[in-house]
Amino acid sequence: MRQSNIMPGFGQTLGFTLFYLALVVLIPLSTLIFMSFKLSLSAYIDIITNTRVLAAFRVSFGAALIAAAIASFFGFIIAWVLVRYPFSGKKLVDAFIDLPFALPTAVAGIVMATIFQPSGFLGKLLIDGFGVQVAYRPLGIVVALIFISIPFVVRTVEPVLKEFDSAMEEAASSLGATRLQVFNKIILPNIFPSVLTGFALAFARGVGEYGSVIFIAGNQPYVSEIVPLLIITKLEQYEYEAATAIALTMLLVSFLLLLVINLLNRWMRQRSGQL
Amino acid sequence: MSILIENISKHFGQFAALDHINLEIPDGELVALLGPSGCGKTTLLRIIAGLESADEGRIFLSGEDKTGHHVSRRGIGFVFQHYALFRHMTVFDNVAFGLRVKDKKERPSETDIAKKVHNLLELVQLDWLHDRFPDQLSGGQRQRIALARALAVEPSVLLLDEPFGALDASVRKDLRQWLRNLHKELHVTSIFVTHDQEEAMEVASQVVVLNKGHIEQQGAPADIYDHPANAFVSKFIGQTNVLNLNEDNVIWLKTAGIAVDDSKGNVAHIRPHDIDVKKADADSDSPVTLKDWQHLGSLIRVELYRPQDNGSGTYLFAEMPNERFKLLQLNRGDRVALHIKHAHWFNS
Repeated sequence: MRQSNIMPGFGQTLGFTLFYLALVVLIPLSTLIFMSFKLSLSAYIDIITNTRVLAAFRVSFGAALIAAAIASFFGFIIAWVLVRYPFSGKKLVDAFIDLPFALPTAVAGIVMATIFQPSGFLGKLLIDGFGVQVAYRPLGIVVALIFISIPFVVRTVEPVLKEFDSAMEEAASSLGATRLQVFNKIILPNIFPSVLTGFALAFARGVGEYGSVIFIAGNQPYVSEIVPLLIITKLEQYEYEAATAIALTMLLVSFLLLLVINLLNRWMRQRSGQL
Repeated sequence: MSILIENISKHFGQFAALDHINLEIPDGELVALLGPSGCGKTTLLRIIAGLESADEGRIFLSGEDKTGHHVSRRGIGFVFQHYALFRHMTVFDNVAFGLRVKDKKERPSETDIAKKVHNLLELVQLDWLHDRFPDQLSGGQRQRIALARALAVEPSVLLLDEPFGALDASVRKDLRQWLRNLHKELHVTSIFVTHDQEEAMEVASQVVVLNKGHIEQQGAPADIYDHPANAFVSKFIGQTNVLNLNEDNVIWLKTAGIAVDDSKGNVAHIRPHDIDVKKADADSDSPVTLKDWQHLGSLIRVELYRPQDNGSGTYLFAEMPNERFKLLQLNRGDRVALHIKHAHWFNS
């Protein structure tokens, strides 16, 4: 006998979900996989173990991870300020945070390249003061990715922080906990899963980012060339198989990393009784 | 440990939540802060705890000025209306929290902590739940865990903010009795906030009635019930019939057995159980009729209607034991004679 479900429409909605997933995600991505079947395994390995390709992977994933980590830290602080403190102009700040969502990323890249280049406003300060050059270096990629990915962290952490019962903090204080202990033992364990989700989103966004990075990175092969750019380059040289192979590898690595982050998140929630 | 509240005031913007409160609570009492919502009772409790700061005034705990002390250094235990259990920790870890955050010098060993936590969980009769998470417990269980957690640090003062407010009526009844027994066992000075006068009367050894940021009366429950200091307390504690002393009422009260003396006040408050009801004799000229009645368990509440000369009428409520009501054999619409045994007088 069929079990009756209290929510109607399970069949239809699941059908729609699968159809949507197939149309928008699976069919385009499977084309990628079928395309790569044209290559033999040894040819595939040859392409992706090419030193220039490996260097690009290192730059892309390294920069995305570092940027996501930094964005998570500052994104958390921004979300904290927005939720915890009343101040005038809060609505304005709130709107500014979403700007990277809306701005064409190329515009962001050009603007940042302009101010961070050695003769630019911030670039000059950094070079004169600290001897650090941002634009046309891998560091520039990190800066661009932080800019792009910070709203993902803020918007993921903010609702969780809002929902957090501050009576828990008061209870911890009344039991003798210091401010630091309250943060470490009460706030952080409850908020961290959402920070990790924000990190995953920021990372995913960063790995795929193209528009802003190419303007600020300098795009030097082996140094500051990112994988998406390499794929475009291969396409422009009519090396479709190579482009496909690199894209597929990138897809797999991203998928694995996101899977690991999500499993870690799940494990943490389980351990703290939130699942 | 005794609590001394000296001249405490607190404003929220223009609104005076507390207006120069002075209160002394002797060692070992179980005190109820009772009042309608918005009277400032929770604010006062939070100021004693140090969760909120007063605009002026001082708080002394056993003679020591704690006004400037942070909540974590006041040696109080606080129980929240919605429990505020740490939802990412097991019941055991919740109760152990206060012991584990102590300085290295004072912190007991893990085995001592475990022993103490299990003792406390046995005290609240929930040791079998020690490895559950708060989300897996019922409301009553959560509140008992919250209490065990507060007691773990051996507070000198226990403060409870509407501890039973979020619970079912039946669970609330059980927990009231349980809290009173626990207090008898531990003798820790306790203050709990409530808007439920029945709860205050049942649990507390002392009741402090608050209204609009003022203390209206302080005393033992029986004292406050039998000798309300003013009209507010009389109306707030228990049911009462309010009669303004116009000419009509003065004459009627005389016939009902209450001698009206102007010097006592111009408003009479009459408790429902101070009204004796019986069937009117055929020759009685009592105009009062019985409209309806309700079962309140062991008591019956009767609704009485008294028509007045100007054509309107007033309703009165009387209460009597079930048995007596059966003996009277009254029906709806019967004429009844009243005898009023006692009234409180106030000036409005």
